[in-house]
Amino acid sequence: MWRAGRSTRRAQPALSDSPRRGAPLFIVAPAAIGLAFLVLPLVALLVRAPWSGLPELLSDSQVLTALRLSLECATAATIVSLILGVPLAWVLARLRFPGLGLVRALVTLPLVLPPVVGGLALLLAFGRNGIFGRYLDDWFGITLPFTTAGVIVAETFVAMPFLVITVEGALRSADLGLEEAATTLGASRFTVFRRITLPLVGPSLLAGAVLCWARALGEFGATITFAGNFPGTTQTMPLAVYNALETDPEAAVALSLVLLVVAVAILAALRDRWLRGGWGP
Amino acid sequence: MTTRDVRGGPSLLESDTVDGLVVDATVQRGPFQLEVEFAVRPGEILGVLGPNGAGKTTLLRMLAGLTAPTTGSIRLDDLMFADIEMGVFVPPERRPVGLLFQNYRLFPHLSVRDNVAFSPRCHGIERRSANAIAHDWLVRFGLADYAKRKPGELSGGQAQRVALARALAANPGLLLLDEPLSALDARTRLEVRAELRRHLAEFTGPTLIVTHDPLEAIMLTDRLLVLEDGRIVQQGTPASVARRPATNYVARLVGVNLYHGVRSGATAIALADGGTLVAAGFDETSPAGPAPLLVAVRPSAVVLHTSRPEHTSARNVWPGAVTGLEPLADRVRVEVAGAPGALVDVTPDAVADLRLAEGRSVWLSVKATEVDVYPDPAF
Repeated sequence: MWRAGRSTRRAQPALSDSPRRGAPLFIVAPAAIGLAFLVLPLVALLVRAPWSGLPELLSDSQVLTALRLSLECATAATIVSLILGVPLAWVLARLRFPGLGLVRALVTLPLVLPPVVGGLALLLAFGRNGIFGRYLDDWFGITLPFTTAGVIVAETFVAMPFLVITVEGALRSADLGLEEAATTLGASRFTVFRRITLPLVGPSLLAGAVLCWARALGEFGATITFAGNFPGTTQTMPLAVYNALETDPEAAVALSLVLLVVAVAILAALRDRWLRGGWGP
Repeated sequence: MTTRDVRGGPSLLESDTVDGLVVDATVQRGPFQLEVEFAVRPGEILGVLGPNGAGKTTLLRMLAGLTAPTTGSIRLDDLMFADIEMGVFVPPERRPVGLLFQNYRLFPHLSVRDNVAFSPRCHGIERRSANAIAHDWLVRFGLADYAKRKPGELSGGQAQRVALARALAANPGLLLLDEPLSALDARTRLEVRAELRRHLAEFTGPTLIVTHDPLEAIMLTDRLLVLEDGRIVQQGTPASVARRPATNYVARLVGVNLYHGVRSGATAIALADGGTLVAAGFDETSPAGPAPLLVAVRPSAVVLHTSRPEHTSARNVWPGAVTGLEPLADRVRVEVAGAPGALVDVTPDAVADLRLAEGRSVWLSVKATEVDVYPDPAF
């Protein structure tokens, strides 16, 4: 999506060649303020970072535990999202059935829903006394709230829509003719999906997975509501930052710095590789 | 009904012992209906000719299983592809059909070799053997050097060869080609056409080639089937179709003057759009009376004169006016309005000598022996 936007701009040389190249002040001024507004907090974070004490702060075992838990849970949530989200994207992109619009709206609802509300909803559904949770507990002895599995559930709930809408868009624009060609060559539906459909949406799949992973990594509201804030089991990095802010602000800044580095790395990776991918022109 | 005769006779279709492709089916898609009944023998190359929207691609898709027939049956040798009344429908992946798509549809993310090995792999052949099969095909098509390339790095002619190799690597019993040359530029087309003819000659099953290029049809096929508006309007060898076109579309395609008319005397035909032509002799099947007839006159059989020819053996002489000139390879095709109007082929010298130009009044003459009369199969 981002790449398309940029290339469109590049494809209009007339814009830069036009004699009236200066942008009007009523555009430039708010744009500059907007940019500053987005960048200044990050600058502040860098300026106020306790650089000298950084190694010590970050080598604290509680920090490392939170970081590891964050990475593991975000990865697990991404895997679950891939397993469930890609087929869901296929259904939304390829099938025509009554209520399709409603289903699509429901899938994207977590994107706009306040995460705390999502967490509460998860609690009501999968909590110990929740409408499904009680059976999970009674029949299988599975308890989700306030466990590491609960963190993964909360993160998946919030992050999966990112993957679904990205992959759905790619599937929608994929060339169905290639799938037909594969069929006439003797490919079963599963083979078509595995060897044609998935590779063709590969770049979007990766981009969607990275977006999904990043969203899961930063997830706070649904996690703290559904899984709580227990160091070692459910306290991910964002929760650790929140905790540290009350007891040790310097540590909070250090932790935030780590998340910022991860975010920048993701953005760089997306720009350089995946968003530029694709097989066709 | 004469339409039966045009379709090659019903006896062939009713027999269960005939080998090859036997089709008697309809496809209903909204207001459009495809209704076909024909057979193709093993090793025979059938050209399917028709204007855009005639249902040519729908026909191929139906044979490949990508579109289900609404009624009827499709059989290849003793394998029933579809028999709607019996509830039989074999899905495309289980039909031994090779389909060459118009724009080839090569898999852009797979190498040339993996494209060709795709079908053997789908049929459960392990990777190494599948690659060996693909390699053999690539060698045969002179593509061995391109095995590791991606389709995006091939020229149009190479892509076409890869697509054909990929279709043949599936070891199909029926080969379908949808406008195999239309995606190529004119020069490549000549080369690829000769090569395609060679490869098709080696294929032992029935082959269908969809085209709207009459030259392609004549060069590549043994027999033609003309489809118009979802129905078969003519079948026959390319030569017979070119000599006696059954519809205006075919006549335009092969460049023959075609007139509709009825018999109006011993040897005369009154033409529907005005004028009368005299023929030397009627086809024995030509009915007397008001039965619709077709009259074909080759453009090279018409002679142009600047004044009324006085002493001539030509039985047909009438006036007209030049409305257009179109240079062909070695001659000029002159369009003349009159009763009837006609396309006339003359040499460039004649154009100069007679000072032919738009608006010039001319006389036309045709010998009665050059007027071919036959029943209109549409009735």
